[in-house]
Amino acid sequence: MSNDALHLESSNLDRQDERLDSRSGINGMIAGGIKSVKDGELGVLPVIVGLIIIAVIFQSLNSVFLSPANISNLLMQSSAVGVIALGIVCVLLVGEIDLSVGSVSGLSAAIFAVFLVNLGMPTILGIVAAIAAGAIIGLIYSFIYNRFGVPSFVITLAGLLVIFGLQILVLKPAGTINIPFESPLVQFGQLLFVPQLVSYLICAALAGGYFVSRFMRSQKRKKNNLSHRSLKSIALSAILIFILIAGITAYVNQGRGIGWMFVTFLGLVLIVNHLLMRTSWGRSVYAVGGNEEAARRTGINVKRVYLSVFVACSTLAAIGGLFAAGRLASAAQSSGAADTNLTAIAAAVIGGTSLFGGRGSAFSALLGVIVITAISNGLILLNLESDVRYMVTGAVLLIAVTLDAVSRRARTAHGRA
Amino acid sequence: MTSPTIDGTAETANVLRMRGVSKTFGAVAALKNVDLDVNRGEVLALVGDNGAGKSTLIKILSGVFPSDSGTIYIDGKERAITSPADARSAGIATVYQDLALCDNLTVVNNLFLGQEISPANLDETAMEVKSWELLKQLSAKIPSVQVAIASLSGGQRQTVAIARSLLGEPSLILLDEPTAALGVAQTAEVLNLIERLRDNGLAVIMITHNMVDVRAVSDRIAVLRLGQNHGFFLTKDVSNSDLVASITGATDNEVTRRESRVHQDQEG
Repeated sequence: MSNDALHLESSNLDRQDERLDSRSGINGMIAGGIKSVKDGELGVLPVIVGLIIIAVIFQSLNSVFLSPANISNLLMQSSAVGVIALGIVCVLLVGEIDLSVGSVSGLSAAIFAVFLVNLGMPTILGIVAAIAAGAIIGLIYSFIYNRFGVPSFVITLAGLLVIFGLQILVLKPAGTINIPFESPLVQFGQLLFVPQLVSYLICAALAGGYFVSRFMRSQKRKKNNLSHRSLKSIALSAILIFILIAGITAYVNQGRGIGWMFVTFLGLVLIVNHLLMRTSWGRSVYAVGGNEEAARRTGINVKRVYLSVFVACSTLAAIGGLFAAGRLASAAQSSGAADTNLTAIAAAVIGGTSLFGGRGSAFSALLGVIVITAISNGLILLNLESDVRYMVTGAVLLIAVTLDAVSRRARTAHGRA
Repeated sequence: MTSPTIDGTAETANVLRMRGVSKTFGAVAALKNVDLDVNRGEVLALVGDNGAGKSTLIKILSGVFPSDSGTIYIDGKERAITSPADARSAGIATVYQDLALCDNLTVVNNLFLGQEISPANLDETAMEVKSWELLKQLSAKIPSVQVAIASLSGGQRQTVAIARSLLGEPSLILLDEPTAALGVAQTAEVLNLIERLRDNGLAVIMITHNMVDVRAVSDRIAVLRLGQNHGFFLTKDVSNSDLVASITGATDNEVTRRESRVHQDQEG
């Protein structure tokens, strides 16, 4: 009986309470997963379902959609907005929002172009100036937020206009500055693809890194008499991860391959994930998003947390702007305009970061941006222009937010936060 | 050990000594020249009617806001407490009435919030082991420390909040209405917990409206009325009616009137 199994396993320090659900093994994982979804803990499920639907629909309408060349293109396309969405994840986690990331990315592109083309400065200086501009904008936002308590959506909505004005000003008189094709940023945005061998090495490093970190944690927990994952299950997960990412890589390598820009985006996701999940800064971000007053009373400097996320968000927006500038080989008044803001926010929410604060992860930027980019890419392949694209993106955003709100209610009802 | 005195002043081992502490909000004097002493291994019940200044006193001690005047000595040394961090470094831990836990974080994450082990690369194993040690020490019944606070019962949350206050190895613990929201069994659990804190040599100040709790665990009682000291009592010596008289400020008060009326009804 299951009760016997429970007592056999109960020697671990953290598995002694009889009320604990003691499912284990692969069947247990599946059963636990089903229960989580019922309780409103959706995880990555909506994204996977969404991606499958998108793939089936667009592939049946246009067979180019799932071709290696198009996937390769799609990954490159998603990087710029993905980096911006990564910053949005940070502000959403504390329950705030930044509506000006599109303008910030546009200003960043404009500053870079002016430095490089009009002023003849070296690339690196242009990059530093653009990123610094993003950081300063975040500093100003957080100052206004912390000092005067103005809601962040108002601050950043005002910021959107001011920064858009700045962008137009910086780009005067031409309105558009073309970045020379030889510029390293353009090369990075359009031509630099990971050599095949290196791409598989990266896959192996990712899976290996996963295995080593999980195995070390499991050993440490075992030593301290806590429940731990078996070597077999960790190895199985690592192998599955490798098969998945190496499989995608092999497929994409039949086309142009994986761009360094996407790899850089992936690297940023991993860094932000580490900061959020494995540092006390990350804990304080989640705490402020969950219960600001409680966080303050535990001695967390709440204002500093707000400052750090606003700065992180607009800095990442500036980096995303540089990615976009490299990809388009130009900075224009329309850079970062129109739907960039909402696409980035939609990506974060679709990926599973809650608009209500305290829930989400860096990976939601990655997953969400792939969904959003896949949709707009598929619509472009069908020769549907921006009119339909806007409407579809808007509808998808609304669905994602509704899902977020509904699952939040289900979580409250089932005692999960 | 010397026998306890009513106002606690004769004790050599004052963990906390407050002298002439005042606090004004606009035109309202919330606290006026309040003195208070608490000793090691002692539970002091802080009682008083609504608006007597109990919460203001707790907030001053926990660094939510500073006092306007007066001095606070911790272990004989004068300390300025202007922020929660000051209070923590002075060895004062507070368990708020609303517990101040983050529902979206797990028990371990809440316990170590703001004082994580190895901040740049969290040592989660060490934190989990320490959490279990702490909860065992309190004989607390929490099913798992890896579940979100949202899934715990009221008593379990109270336990987590108290366990968290112990992490910084404080010498004084402030409990703001620890049993207000709890059922019978959970109240008993928390009262056991308070006795264990005392037996471990901590000084405990407990705010409560519940006279049964006061009788059950406190050693001494300090009464506040309209922001001023209104008497100290040894719990074992004081009768309920004296205590109520002190809290309400009159021997003829709502409580006694009600009692005599009920008495008459029964006779008549």
